[in-house]
Amino acid sequence: MQNYSLDDIYIRDFDPATEEIAIDTKNIRVFYGDKEAIHDVSLPFERYKITALIGASGSGKSTFLRSLNRMNDNIEGSRVTGQIMYRDIDINAKNVDVYEMRKHIGMVFQRPNPFAKSIYDNITFAPRRFGEHRKAVLDELVETSLKQAALWDQVKDDLHQSGLALSGGQQQRLCIARAIAMKPDVLLMDEPASALDPISTSTVEDTLLALKDQYTIIIVTHNMQQAARISDYTAFFYGGKALEYDETRKIFTRPKIKATDDYVSGHFG
Amino acid sequence: MDAKRADKLMTGVLYAVAGLIIIILASLLGYILWQGLPHISWHFLTSPAKSFEAGGGIGIQLFNSFYLLLLAMLISVPLSLGAGIYLAEYARNNWLTDVVRTAIEILSSLPSVVVGLFGFLVFVLQFQFGFSILSGALALTMFNLPLLTRNVEDALRSVSFDQREAGLALGLSRWETVTHIVIPSALPGIITGMILGAGRVFGEAAALIYTAGQSAPALNFGDWNPLHVASPLNIFRPAETLAVHIWKINSEGIQPDAAAVSAGASAVLIIAVLAFNLLARWLGNRIYRKVTAA
Amino acid sequence: MDPIREAMLHPSRSARLERRGKLISFLCIALIVLVVVAIFAFVAWHGLATFFENKINLWDFLSKSVWSPAVKDAHGNPEVGALPMIVGSFGVTFLSAIVATPIAVGAAIFMTEISPRWGSKVLQPVIELLVGIPSVVYGFIGLSVVVPVIRHVFGGTGFGILAGTFVLFVMILPTVTSMAVDALKAVPRHYREASLALGGTRWQTIYRVVLRAGMPGILTGVVFGMARAFGEALAVQMVIGNASLLPQNLVSPASTLTSVLTSGIGNTVMGSLENNALWSLALLLLLMSLAFNLVIRWIGKKGEMK
Repeated sequence: MQNYSLDDIYIRDFDPATEEIAIDTKNIRVFYGDKEAIHDVSLPFERYKITALIGASGSGKSTFLRSLNRMNDNIEGSRVTGQIMYRDIDINAKNVDVYEMRKHIGMVFQRPNPFAKSIYDNITFAPRRFGEHRKAVLDELVETSLKQAALWDQVKDDLHQSGLALSGGQQQRLCIARAIAMKPDVLLMDEPASALDPISTSTVEDTLLALKDQYTIIIVTHNMQQAARISDYTAFFYGGKALEYDETRKIFTRPKIKATDDYVSGHFG
Repeated sequence: MDAKRADKLMTGVLYAVAGLIIIILASLLGYILWQGLPHISWHFLTSPAKSFEAGGGIGIQLFNSFYLLLLAMLISVPLSLGAGIYLAEYARNNWLTDVVRTAIEILSSLPSVVVGLFGFLVFVLQFQFGFSILSGALALTMFNLPLLTRNVEDALRSVSFDQREAGLALGLSRWETVTHIVIPSALPGIITGMILGAGRVFGEAAALIYTAGQSAPALNFGDWNPLHVASPLNIFRPAETLAVHIWKINSEGIQPDAAAVSAGASAVLIIAVLAFNLLARWLGNRIYRKVTAA
Repeated sequence: MDPIREAMLHPSRSARLERRGKLISFLCIALIVLVVVAIFAFVAWHGLATFFENKINLWDFLSKSVWSPAVKDAHGNPEVGALPMIVGSFGVTFLSAIVATPIAVGAAIFMTEISPRWGSKVLQPVIELLVGIPSVVYGFIGLSVVVPVIRHVFGGTGFGILAGTFVLFVMILPTVTSMAVDALKAVPRHYREASLALGGTRWQTIYRVVLRAGMPGILTGVVFGMARAFGEALAVQMVIGNASLLPQNLVSPASTLTSVLTSGIGNTVMGSLENNALWSLALLLLLMSLAFNLVIRWIGKKGEMK
């Protein structure tokens, strides 16, 4: 495999006056034990856009994504340094309540992981834990979230069947509905369609495009066509660094970095 | 002898060994039930034991066994849940966890008579609970805790990490995720283990002879005030259990019908333990199907 | 003012729940560790008193064969020789392990190599049931069946090490069998296939490959069984005869550490030499249980290294 320089970098400049930034990461490094898995990554993410993180497996794109809502906190021996600015505070700081923060920065995982509960309970479980017990409100929440996740029509008659009884694609959309029921600002998605068949994948993609006007979405994908189809911005990860970050159109037509060029044109490795 | 014939011979031997084990169990069960069942009657199950004459029952011992079991489980289930959650969810990979695991391993392999003697020293003498249900229940808890804890830990670990991440990503704490999502999913395994533990506790005697005591004072089944001396619910009364009773009448019994009483009591004990086993399987399967219900 | 930002800067209800839950679960585990420490401390405290307070020589305790703490010998020293019980405990433990091991291993081979279908359908439940039978029931059967048979065949009372061995062998058989099954199941398939492909018969494969690979696990099972036999109290106490004499043969009344403990501790006064001496036996029991644990760990480590 060819080795590309980690110093050849192009990161697009955002204009804060016209382009509102939802999350701004500065000098993110992730360590597992003594090993540094992410080397000094600084990326801003624009509000109400879909940003795709692409790259080969092991390039660090998932690790980076998981540090944005501090899911790496749960992995023993891992450590994240740098700043993650969200609503003008650094949510990577010790004094920030990670539970409160995760309500606003939600996440959908690679493998669908609905709870072993009914569809209704899957969606209302967390809101109820946070004190919302009014039935009318919860019913409304279930309906809107399922509609946004494009699942309502298929399950509206049987909301009390187990979430595990759904097909893989439906389960993933249930997980999306569960995440948006928390009304987050930002949705992090870790290869949400990689475990799904092509038809389910395109349904999920349509769902994401429809969600874009209400949520800031950051999505990790190994599928370049998917990134090209749905995202506004794309960051290319290689060797634990973001080598190129630009509008998706530019990344896929006129990449500025050789590594990106090779990757998107399929000459990689 | 050539290899082929050795192979045939050994296969025959192995079949014989397998048969032997089945014969051992069958003759054990057969003997107990054959000897014991004819002696079991409503009178036997409900009337008090007699010390010097024939015709005594096991009513009080039977009640004591169940009451002691209930108390022991009431104490050990929450404790083992907490300890199992700690080991499965919070314990880090360090020396402290190693110490804890070693301690649990040692406790689980301690002879139950040692656990009983410790209970005697601490609960009966030091805390002055005397020979009592409470002392017995605490001794049984110590006897039962390591296995229940390991069972809870294993059951929790069998639930995929994805489920925990799902809860965490919604802003729930690990604790809420475990208690509301992981434990319900792990319930079949937890319940099966708890019932098997209950069966083990039900048949345990060595930990009890010096804690719950070896006497079964008369009980007034009309008085359910736990503070009264003769109340069945009083936790400070001595309480010989069924298993202790079998030991007692066999090692120093002077009843003329000691053999028949112990056979009957053994049959009851075995049937109870079998019932626990079957219940564990049945309930485990049922809950499993309910939890994963499609 | 951004309410979401303010909320993120203050501990949430979830954070409080998490802290409380972590504390509760830690206290549960700490309690277990405390119990283990307390057991060792209390038993050692009382068990060592024999040597420190009553000035009994440790070597005399381990090597002398007269046990009657209430009586003084010619030199005015109490007779606390625990050798009869030590011999009795080790005797029944080793003998029952020697009888149980071949049968357990045979059954395990049957269940994993010869007929897994029968193994899991019939033998597995049989073994689980055997594990579940309470030890007093084993003792009762020993007393009412095994002892009379021995009396009939060998004369004497029928009580003794042989009867104890019989009862313990049946008690530890299921433990050793199920651990041996686990050990053999863990042997990779391709080991067997390689041997069979080389033209070995099934027995040759089992004998040369499967048993050898599963040996650490089988040994662990045997030591587990021995630990259980060594610590078993009531079933043994019911059939061994309870005479604190050095056993002359397998069919004369003898005693074990556990049997003397169970019959003695209630009849002595706390703090007396008679009582302290019994606690020394309990301490010995505790240390042996620890030793079995260490052996199991050692076997595990050796097995890993291979």
